[in-house]
Amino acid sequence: MIKFSERQLKIPQMQQPVYLVTGGMSKFARSFPEKRTEELVIDSFVEASEFIDKSPAELKKYIHSCYYGHFADHFGDQLLGEAVIHDRLGLDPLGNVGIKTGGATGGSTLWEAFKAVASGYSDCVLAMGWERMDEVPTDEGNHYIASAADKDWETPLGHIYTGYYAVMAQKYWQVFGKEEESFRRTMAEIAVKNRGYARMNPHAQGPMKITVEDVLNSPVVANPLRALDCCLMSVGAACAILCDEKTAFELTDNPLLIYVSAGSHTLRVADRRDMEIPLLPNESPDQYTDLGERFPGGDRYPGFTGFLAARMAAYYGYGMAGIVDPTEDFDLVELHDAFTISDIQTYEDIGIRPYGEGRSYVESGDCYHTNPFTNQPGKLPANLSGGLIGNMHAVGATGIMQAIEVGQHIWGRWAEMHEDQSKWDRFGRTKPDDWTNLQVEDAKRGLAISHAGVGSHVTATILIHPDHQLI
Amino acid sequence: MNIENRGTVRVENGRYRFNGKFHYAYPNNPIRNEDGKLMGVTNPRDVTHVHMYGGEAPFFEGLGKGKLLGTRCINPDCDANGSIFIPFRIHCPDCLSKNEIVDMTGTAQKGATVHTFMITERTGAFNTLPKPIRFVNVEFEGVPTILMGNLAIGEPKIGMKVVPIFNTVNPTYTILDLSWVPAGTDESELPEGFTFG
Repeated sequence: MIKFSERQLKIPQMQQPVYLVTGGMSKFARSFPEKRTEELVIDSFVEASEFIDKSPAELKKYIHSCYYGHFADHFGDQLLGEAVIHDRLGLDPLGNVGIKTGGATGGSTLWEAFKAVASGYSDCVLAMGWERMDEVPTDEGNHYIASAADKDWETPLGHIYTGYYAVMAQKYWQVFGKEEESFRRTMAEIAVKNRGYARMNPHAQGPMKITVEDVLNSPVVANPLRALDCCLMSVGAACAILCDEKTAFELTDNPLLIYVSAGSHTLRVADRRDMEIPLLPNESPDQYTDLGERFPGGDRYPGFTGFLAARMAAYYGYGMAGIVDPTEDFDLVELHDAFTISDIQTYEDIGIRPYGEGRSYVESGDCYHTNPFTNQPGKLPANLSGGLIGNMHAVGATGIMQAIEVGQHIWGRWAEMHEDQSKWDRFGRTKPDDWTNLQVEDAKRGLAISHAGVGSHVTATILIHPDHQLI
Repeated sequence: MNIENRGTVRVENGRYRFNGKFHYAYPNNPIRNEDGKLMGVTNPRDVTHVHMYGGEAPFFEGLGKGKLLGTRCINPDCDANGSIFIPFRIHCPDCLSKNEIVDMTGTAQKGATVHTFMITERTGAFNTLPKPIRFVNVEFEGVPTILMGNLAIGEPKIGMKVVPIFNTVNPTYTILDLSWVPAGTDESELPEGFTFG
């Protein structure tokens, strides 16, 4: 049994508020034979500059320190790739540091950038993330990813990270999904939804117009996961500029408050020990006493079914930003849908639904831009970017991309960044005839969850319009 | 590929003694597109890395001798006092004192239970397990952690009883020397080189 001390549960404090001023991203694709990583990084930086009507040279003059998210040196075959990018961006002699926390690298990069401004160290920082996953064959790529598991105890077992995750999916599927066909279809619905939203995103690598049956008929990866339940392997870059209040308003009239928090849990799932469920503000102490009766086998927490790191990131982040009920207080979320089933698990970890009831977030229609049952706006739309399943998972960039996507809704500029024909043309992609504006009307607050592998690291990035603070 | 004289290492007087070759250089090749335009180059390499097990060495030595070793916190002042850890932890994760090694072979043989599992045809490069691979995550009575391993025979199911088998004939000194089979499996059915210990 693990117990936390009160000091460990302290809500993080900032010396000053932090603002997201702008962000940008490159095109995302499975491979980029025609571009070096630095070209993609510069594409994203130029987009961020243009978003606030600044030239790259003007924006660079504000930056005081730099935070670079780049998960796998192996993939890039370049140790200290961050130093190369820093030089190519012309940002020497500013201090810079590389950040790597597996799949959560993008979110962790924002976390470091956030703390640098919150502490007063820097007035303006660059958070830039990228990944280059196309320079080895896929099976070697899978070996590299599996190298982020424990190299003595796990990696030799199949050299396949998906397998280390799939055992958790199997447990959740049996205990909380009860192996029901209806649950399997709910999983598939997420894949259909996110690939469908990706069709409206010119950056997206995996847009598809598919049905639940297409997902259910796709090849089995590891039961219950099929190929179309799984996220993409991608190349691309994304960046964000974070500032203190004074600098933020010098750069733009419309910066957003940003809060970033983080949690972690064992690298080897084998090492997980039991604990009481840490509660979020919208949960009560007696809520889970009968969890094991309602879901036999579900009374072991976090067991192999919950992501403690996600729960802790939400706990710290909600405390900082004054979030009580995520479904009520947020207007949209971008979640780390590495697999359809882990998406459902995350709904519970971050309090969108209680443990055991994640599926109802999808089945109610709440997670859609437009609720298919009521034709009204969804209560809390999820992954309108297409997520990791439909848009991309260029690991170091992913958490940053999610935050930018959420920000574009709160800025009311989502359509501007996704509709422009010249962007579709520049990326060599065909804009669908039924392109739909997914702007969430009057979005004020949003959340992005960045997550590593079996839940070893998770960050929560919360964006709030300054006129709609909760504390 | 010529890998004659592949490197080996001994430790003598606390120092590494290297013998043979630890890396092989190969020429690279240009990568061109359909128009013949240069796009990049291949960067071939073949390296042998040296990896020390440190305090976990007894565990990996034990597998080849048919032993499943865990560890236990023996610090009377620690909340985790008496907790047994598999995977083997050299130090207690709570108090960081040195754990004592405990032989868990008998406990595992009496009844380990599948907590969850996974079956897949997909593997990464360098995989040596037969496909489809079947992972089982195994619970032991009185142990708070859940060990991941490979089911060598049969179809996994949550709640099934399994027993450990060991590559005692020609050990690799890796986690692959440990595998699992359904309880009641006959020794004659085991994969080549594996025994019940």
